[in-house]
Parts: sequence; C-alpha cells; structure tokens
Amino acid sequence: MTARTRRADGAHRVVVTGMGIVSPLGNDLGRVTQALREGTSGVRLMPEWRKIDGLYACLAAPAAPGLDPQVIPRPFRRSMGPQALFAALAARDAVADAGLDEARLCSGTVGVSIGSTMGSPEALTAFFRHLIGSSSLRGIKSTAFLQTMAHTCAANVAILFGITGRLIAPVSACTSGSQGVGAAFEAVRHGLQDAMICGGADEAHFIAAGTFDIVGGASRREDPSATPRPFDADRDGLVVGEGSGVLVLESLEHAAARGARIHAEIVGYATNCDGAHMSQPQQSGSEACMRQALRDAGIAATDVHYINAHATATPIGDSIEASATAAVFGDRVPVSSAKGQTGHTLGACGALETIFTVLMMQQGFIAATRNLDRIDPACGGIQHVQRTRPATIRVALNNNFAFGGVNTSIVLRAFEG
Amino acid sequence: MTHDEIVAAVNRVLVEEFELAAADIRPDARLRDDLGLDSLDAVDLVVSLEQTFGGRVAEGEARKVRTVGDVYALVQNTIADYASRTASSGS
Repeated sequence: MTARTRRADGAHRVVVTGMGIVSPLGNDLGRVTQALREGTSGVRLMPEWRKIDGLYACLAAPAAPGLDPQVIPRPFRRSMGPQALFAALAARDAVADAGLDEARLCSGTVGVSIGSTMGSPEALTAFFRHLIGSSSLRGIKSTAFLQTMAHTCAANVAILFGITGRLIAPVSACTSGSQGVGAAFEAVRHGLQDAMICGGADEAHFIAAGTFDIVGGASRREDPSATPRPFDADRDGLVVGEGSGVLVLESLEHAAARGARIHAEIVGYATNCDGAHMSQPQQSGSEACMRQALRDAGIAATDVHYINAHATATPIGDSIEASATAAVFGDRVPVSSAKGQTGHTLGACGALETIFTVLMMQQGFIAATRNLDRIDPACGGIQHVQRTRPATIRVALNNNFAFGGVNTSIVLRAFEG
Repeated sequence: MTHDEIVAAVNRVLVEEFELAAADIRPDARLRDDLGLDSLDAVDLVVSLEQTFGGRVAEGEARKVRTVGDVYALVQNTIADYASRTASSGS
C-alpha cells in the first residue's frame, strides 16, 4: 500500500476526489461537459454597463442561471458577496461529490485553499459608494468588511464546513484559482493535510472589465457570439466572466482508505513569476514554468496529450503564450482555450479550467477553441484545435498566467491505480 | 407612527432581512436564545432600524435589548427622541 500511494521520493500521491462548479457554461458537471462538447458560449450583452462613462466593453459571461443562494443558510450567507457565494455553492457540490463527511471536515486534517482577485467587487463598490456619497460610516453593515476582505472566499468556505485545518487564500488575479489548486496539491503531497478544498472564484464586474479596457485588453465587439477569440487573427481582447471552480484534493492513501471515487491525479505543479512587467508576459517565464512542472511530475514533454491554454484573447498575451508553448512542446500536442466559451473568469479560471481538463480526460474529447476561425501567424508553432474531437488524454497540462507576471502550470494524469 | 405600525415594520425587517419565521416573532422571544441572532446581527439590526425609521439608536440603549418587545420599545423611544429633537431644531 505504501509503495503504491507514495512516489519514489516518499511524497504522497495526490488525487482529485471531488469537483464543484459555478460557471457561464452551467453549474453542474454534466451541463458543463455538454457545453464544452458543443462549443456553446456563455457571453452576453451587459446593457447596464453602457451607463459607465469610459467603459467600452459591453459584454460579459455571467454565471449560468439557476443558482439558489438559499441553500446556504443565512448565518453563513450574510458574510458572502457574490464571489464567496459562488465558492460556497461550488464547494458544497465538490464536498458532496467527494463524499467527505462532517467528522473528517472538522478534524483538522482538511484545509482550504481558495483565491480570488480581491474581495467582492460588488460589495466594495457599494461600500465606497456609500462612504464617498455620505462621508459617513453610518448605514454600513457589520458584514460589509467580511464580504470585501481579500480572503472572503476561503474564510466563508472554511466556516461553512467547520474546517479547522490550514486556510490559504492566494490573491493573484488570474492565477488565484490555479495557485489555490497548487497550494492544496503541495499541502497534501507533503503530508501536511490529508485533504484540501481548493480553487478560485470571481465576479464579472465592471471594475474588472474596466481594468482591462483601460489598458486596451478588453474586447469592444458587441456580438456576444463572436468574442472572445483566443489565438484568432481578429481577436481584440478579453471578455470578463465569473464563477467558481472547487476541487477536493486528497492523498491517495486517504482516498483509498475510505473507498473514494477518483476523478484524476495531479502529478506536478510549478509556479514562478517573470520579474519583468506588470501586464506584458515574458516568454522565458512561462516557458520555465511549464518545464518546471514537467520536471516536478517526472514527465517528458513528449508524454503530454493535451494542453489547456490560458489564452484570454488579448493581442499580446496569446502570442507570447503560443511562443512559450511551442518552445516546450512544438506542434506535437493539441492546445485549446476554453475562454472563447466562458470569457476570462479571472480568479476562478485556474480552477475552472483544471476541472474542464479533468472532464475532457474522463469523457475522451478535446474541446475546440471557440471563435478560432483564422489562426494568427503570431500564435503559430503549436497545434491548435479548431474542431472538437475525440481524444484519449492520459496526461494534460493546464496553464494560467496573471498580471504581475505570475505563471502556473498544473500537470494532470488519468488515474490508473 | 402607531405602536402597531412599529411592530409591523420591525417584524418585516426580522422576516425579510434576518429570514426569521414570522410565527417565531413574539414580543417575549429572546433575540439570542430563541431567534438565534448573534453579535453581528445585533449590529446590523440597529443599522436596519435606523434606515427604516430614521434617527439614531443610542448605543447604550441598544445594548440593553434582549427581546423582540425590547426592540419595539427601543424604536418607539428613538422615534420619539428624533421627533422632539427635529422639532426643537426648527426643521
């Protein structure tokens, strides 16, 4: 048992035993899998954004309808802005999917690692609108800060389940979710926790759209079906999306002992930063991260069957990512980005896209990059997927990158015992 | 406002904002022990009452509240105090 559940270096093997999702493609794994297969878009027009002077982006990908906040009792829900609510709903589903019982959750052997770009933008906007408008703190509820604090998603999920293990809240914009998964992976691998509830969450708020719009990174198209266009020659920027992806990671030892169903194994992870520019990624940093992740997994580039790209549809980001990916993998490995369907879900994307990758591995297909009609020559050198196709994916890589030059790579493998 | 109007408005806050069952809201119901409200809820109840009725709830008075009936009385006193101060200021 010990030899099978540990690596040669004694580190615990880490498996995914639960997944939960709130996303523009749907709020359950079945619906999301179907949407990935069919290439449907969750992007829609945001008419209310037209009132904001200086904001040219008018599209977003909100969470799919049908969420029921009332399933979270009010004593827990009162401290949740929308993003923490997404995280709580996704976590609820992930924990149920994993079959983790209350005794284990509260035992101190289970921790939380969930990130987001910041505290709830909706709650922050309301707070400052009130404060600046009235120059008064009167009328501000006690829970306002709890919704706006940066670790609101992790803290709310921990309290919802009575978690007494470690709490980590990676706050790194577009790598918040993938760093959430990575930190969980490392905690379980090194035997610091038996299991971790991990991932990321974020809201599609005009503050986020505006941030990208100001630096010329947001799509200004008005047809929701035609944007964003990752890797495409006519891409003009990203579309903001929202949601939450939550996974339960466990040591194989722990999962096997309780007879848990295993979705996939995480065999490697790396994160680094470029140390160069706040908004322009560096090929060298992204490339180094992918190579480190493969080394960590003990896997060669030639053994990878699929890469889930970050590709947000920004003119510069996509081409730098393509060059970095080509440098490591050439055109041997199929590459696609889900953001043509979901928009850029910011702090959630690293976790959501890890889940998408697991779903594709389980169901044996690769979802095409939606809206990739004409590959930009600057994004050449890699094997793009323009039509969804069947595929046997035994090993996959999920890459994400963020402002500040943060890079993450997660290596997944189909669990075969 | 009449006492009945105050009762109706306070009860509406307790049901709509705090999601309490209307049947549980009796004048003798204790906020903490019977209705499960905690310290954060106590702060937010005061904020909601001030927003609903105007005026400012005196902090010392708010701390003495234990039951729903105490809330009705607190609001009654706050409204009366607010009305008299507003009248005396000539506004």
